[in-house]
Amino acid sequence: MDAPIIELTDVKKSFGPVSVLKGVSLKVYPGKITALVGDNGAGKSTLIKGLAGVQPYDEGEVKFQGVPVALHNPREAAHLGIEVVYQDLALCDNLDIVQNMFLGREDIELGTFDEGKMERAASETLQSLSVRTVKSVRQKVSSLSGGQRQTVAIARSVLKSAKVVILDEPTAALGVAQTEQVLALVKRLAERGVGVLMISHNLVDVFQVADYINVLYLGQMVASVETSRTTSDDVVGYITGSKTYIEVSA
Amino acid sequence: MTAIISQDLPTAGPPGVIGSGQDGGLREQVTGYIQRVRSGEMGALPAVAGFVVLCVLFTTLSPYFFTERNFANLMTQAATLVMLAMALVFVILLGEIDLSAGVTSGVAMSLFVVLSNPGGLAMNWVLALLISLATGVVIGLFIGFFVARVGIPSFVVTLGLFLGFQGLQLIIIGDGGLYRIQQPEIIAIQNSNLPVWGGWVMLALILTITLVTTLLDRRRRSRAGVASRTIALLWIRLAIIAVLGGVVVGLLSQNRGTGFLAVSGVPIVVPITLLVLWIGTFVLDRTKFGRYLYAVGGNPEAARRSGIKVVGIKWAAFVVCSTLAVISGVFSASKVGSVDAAFGRDIVLSGVAAAVVGGVSLFGGRGRLIHAAVGALVIAVITNGLGLLNLPGGVNFLVTGGVLILAATVDAVSRVRAGGSILRS
Repeated sequence: MDAPIIELTDVKKSFGPVSVLKGVSLKVYPGKITALVGDNGAGKSTLIKGLAGVQPYDEGEVKFQGVPVALHNPREAAHLGIEVVYQDLALCDNLDIVQNMFLGREDIELGTFDEGKMERAASETLQSLSVRTVKSVRQKVSSLSGGQRQTVAIARSVLKSAKVVILDEPTAALGVAQTEQVLALVKRLAERGVGVLMISHNLVDVFQVADYINVLYLGQMVASVETSRTTSDDVVGYITGSKTYIEVSA
Repeated sequence: MTAIISQDLPTAGPPGVIGSGQDGGLREQVTGYIQRVRSGEMGALPAVAGFVVLCVLFTTLSPYFFTERNFANLMTQAATLVMLAMALVFVILLGEIDLSAGVTSGVAMSLFVVLSNPGGLAMNWVLALLISLATGVVIGLFIGFFVARVGIPSFVVTLGLFLGFQGLQLIIIGDGGLYRIQQPEIIAIQNSNLPVWGGWVMLALILTITLVTTLLDRRRRSRAGVASRTIALLWIRLAIIAVLGGVVVGLLSQNRGTGFLAVSGVPIVVPITLLVLWIGTFVLDRTKFGRYLYAVGGNPEAARRSGIKVVGIKWAAFVVCSTLAVISGVFSASKVGSVDAAFGRDIVLSGVAAAVVGGVSLFGGRGRLIHAAVGALVIAVITNGLGLLNLPGGVNFLVTGGVLILAATVDAVSRVRAGGSILRS
């Protein structure tokens, strides 16, 4: 098996007297989908904000491709190739797909945009992800469905040649068909060798695509298992605290 | 799952190939345009239609409307509002507002007359003009500081300045004071014309620039290996500019003088306005500043997460707005011929109205400079036409207000019918 692309060891984070992460360890493998589940307030958001460099961890070690790294701000994370696709999507409705995918890092030639180059790259990226639901890359994002928006947001991270993509609730608020499309896209993302960390509340989705499942419970990683070696019942137990990994594996 | 995806296969082009909206012949382009209009992206279309209808209406009602003289008059009357509306677009695109744009031009022009007039400090007029423009920059920086940095709503900040600057203007000019503009160069902007050949050269330049930029764009696109719009569109656009521009320049090239003196040619203010329009559109469409302005107006949080310096963009937008507002003040001073303590006080809301009539969204993120310019022309033609009909002044305000509400209604209804929401984009 490959070495993990991201390895967190004993990371801690507290806000004043409230300790949110109490020594969490996590591994994300390239080409694999790692799910992070847990109830509200378990510390999922805090964990990914640390990886995104938005809220640095207080203690603990972060290794990227085996090398200890510091993640103090979003730029350092982006520089390493860690991209976060947030739940609320972070797309501009009034811009088209190409403009959104290149927002903040447009191709410039002679001080003006090289629209042709950007259009081609955007279109190739979408095609490489086998996206077929988008008619034109010059469509305004406001005209897209929820699933198509999620697709554009994920394709945006691919365009940035991200090595690790963190997806925050990618299927929340999507219909059945759109959820299928987005999950298929997440799989293709992993097939490209990207390390995917997916946060989700939906265990059906998790069992459908994830290779590994990690469960946070009150700031502690109570289980890290291969999907094939666990059941939905057990995972629900870990999430609610009614079962522990040691009990089950014993 | 495959079945689900195949239902959504694109209707045009081979499966799996994502279009760009630029491919296909003239027919595809035209149907694409009609589709966009139907889905609520009407741009300045209602305003253009309104302008044409008003022109036809006034032509039938008044023998004086469609004359060379009134034509030139309309342009110089509209110039101030066109420039102010274009200035406001930069902040309206952010979903902000600058209620002090008019009085900003008032403060700057008050400074100009006090500094440059022979009775005052008799400063070199070019230097005085530069100081006025710099005043616009400083005022923009000031507004930007409070809006972008401190985070006060722009409505409140600029409302405060709207009140405050009237006082500042009064102090600069002096109680009940009125300065005549004495620089022939400033007066010339609105009251002198290009030589007749100058108008034709201007039109030729516009055609050449359109041709060259389009061809350069096409070359760049083909180098990247993507389709360009069919070349027929370029010829159509050039033909439209040539015909419309030809009619305008042709009319303005006729002698429209009433006395012994022949008056002909395009008013000098026209090429200045067109130049600002062109530069502004270039910046908005093709540079990072322009793109980020739209992005911040559309979704500030998304812009921030994409690494855009939102504070800087907002700040810059207010500087551009205030500076262009000063230029509109120069136009106004040239037209009126004097500056007093009330200069620029009443025009700002007309500027906002012009932008909205033209199709610029007050929620931000949607609209172009040309939209605001067309909107301003609509408002100017109402004032001009009703004036020729000798109707009481009150009618003018009533009609202008009605047109504003009508324009907003057309926009909202078209969006709802297309299945979109009234709010936002």
